[in-house]
Amino acid sequence: MDQKKKEKVLRGIAGVLLSSAVVAGCAQFATRGSDVSADTLAMMKSSFTSQGPVTVEAVLNQDQAQKLCSQSAEAVPEKVARLIEETELKAIKPPADGKYLGDWKRGEVVAQNGVGLQFSDKVGGTNGGNCYACHQLAPKEISYGNIGPSLYRYGKLRGNSDAIVKYTWGKIYDAQAYKACSNMPRFGHNMVLTEQQLKDVVALLLDPASPVNQ
Amino acid sequence: MSTTLLHRALRARHWLVVSSFVPGFAFAQANSAVDDIAKYRQLLADGNPAELWEARGEGIWNAPRGPNKVPLTGCDLGKGPGVVKGAYVELPRYFSDTRKVMDIEQRLAYCMVKLQGFTQAEAIANHFGQGEKRSPMEALVAYVAGESRGMKIAVKATHPEEARMYAAGKQIFFFRGGAYDFSCATCHSGDKQRIRLQELPNLLIPADAQKTYATWPAYRVSQGEVRTMQNRLYDCFRQQRFPVPAYDSDMITALTLFLAKNADGGTFDAPALKR
Repeated sequence: MDQKKKEKVLRGIAGVLLSSAVVAGCAQFATRGSDVSADTLAMMKSSFTSQGPVTVEAVLNQDQAQKLCSQSAEAVPEKVARLIEETELKAIKPPADGKYLGDWKRGEVVAQNGVGLQFSDKVGGTNGGNCYACHQLAPKEISYGNIGPSLYRYGKLRGNSDAIVKYTWGKIYDAQAYKACSNMPRFGHNMVLTEQQLKDVVALLLDPASPVNQ
Repeated sequence: MSTTLLHRALRARHWLVVSSFVPGFAFAQANSAVDDIAKYRQLLADGNPAELWEARGEGIWNAPRGPNKVPLTGCDLGKGPGVVKGAYVELPRYFSDTRKVMDIEQRLAYCMVKLQGFTQAEAIANHFGQGEKRSPMEALVAYVAGESRGMKIAVKATHPEEARMYAAGKQIFFFRGGAYDFSCATCHSGDKQRIRLQELPNLLIPADAQKTYATWPAYRVSQGEVRTMQNRLYDCFRQQRFPVPAYDSDMITALTLFLAKNADGGTFDAPALKR
């Protein structure tokens, strides 16, 4: 299927999704969302103010994945999910120099740091990846969240073949390439982390010397 | 003892208690960190500092204020002019005089403007207080909320305007956007989830929604202030990497109505005490 056809199908599916969600929404408790209405968007637009690194336009102008995932992930039909994954997979950029692994020590700093991109943050600061907010990584850090799976021994369990290295890069760059509507931010795609930071986090996960793999 | 002195004494006491928990917090796993907060709550059960806000709020409610020099006792919070008892647990609700769904803070501001003659800007000035820069609104909300303690949350959203605002609130809850692709649902639609060690309620299931909604407003130990639902949602949007939500905006009311209706039937227990 070529790109244009695919987009047409996707729009069609989104339309069906919207109308069925409206019907289902009446009968159900709040377990799933529905496409955002023009009224709600207008309400949000008039209620928000841009500040620091956050602009109203950037947040309210959803991209395809954000739009299609604005409901519970289980409510997204299989077909839509596969199309989101295909689109996101194409958007992954490998590192310019072809080197995927950085420094795990710097990766640990990125994983611990939760600063950045809030309206209370300054513009142009260094963002963190805040990996520990949702994942277990190095065992000595006991303050970790559980929204994502434990990544303790990530590299030890998987090895560091070319395929694993590229998958790991891709997963951090754009988690939705592998799981549509994943809760995980698209750190590369949305330019939350720099290319160097992404490499450093890959190293934290895959370097045999990293505390994650001890 | 004057209110100020009592306030200072309570603050000094609670900071002592908090500091004694810090080492435990650093080395404990999730469960024991939660236990520590529970212990702390118990220690303060006989004296939540929020009571000072409630007392101050009652004073503000009854005092002649504004250009018109009248108290708020003529204010209709939904159960008739001057009725405070049980008003909070039925909010947000539709008001026929404004033809709008309003939450407690929008309604209090409306009364300050309409009855007391304040401007809207004056009514919501200093809405998030800090130390000596006190917020009349936080005190008033603490007072009104306290007058619903022990009652059932009764938000049905049956009026067409309420149903419309509930639907909008639900869409806002699921709206993904921004640099992190987050929605409210990212953190609040799964069971037994945590960010670091902080437990996250699943706001789509009645048990969690009730426990959460029933305990705002709350005295926040980390801030030394009573915070309201407006403040809680403001801070959620900040962490969500969303823009600044306007205080007293319809968007916040829509979202609050969504959460309140999901919590319908729960037993209200605020002002509470939180980290």
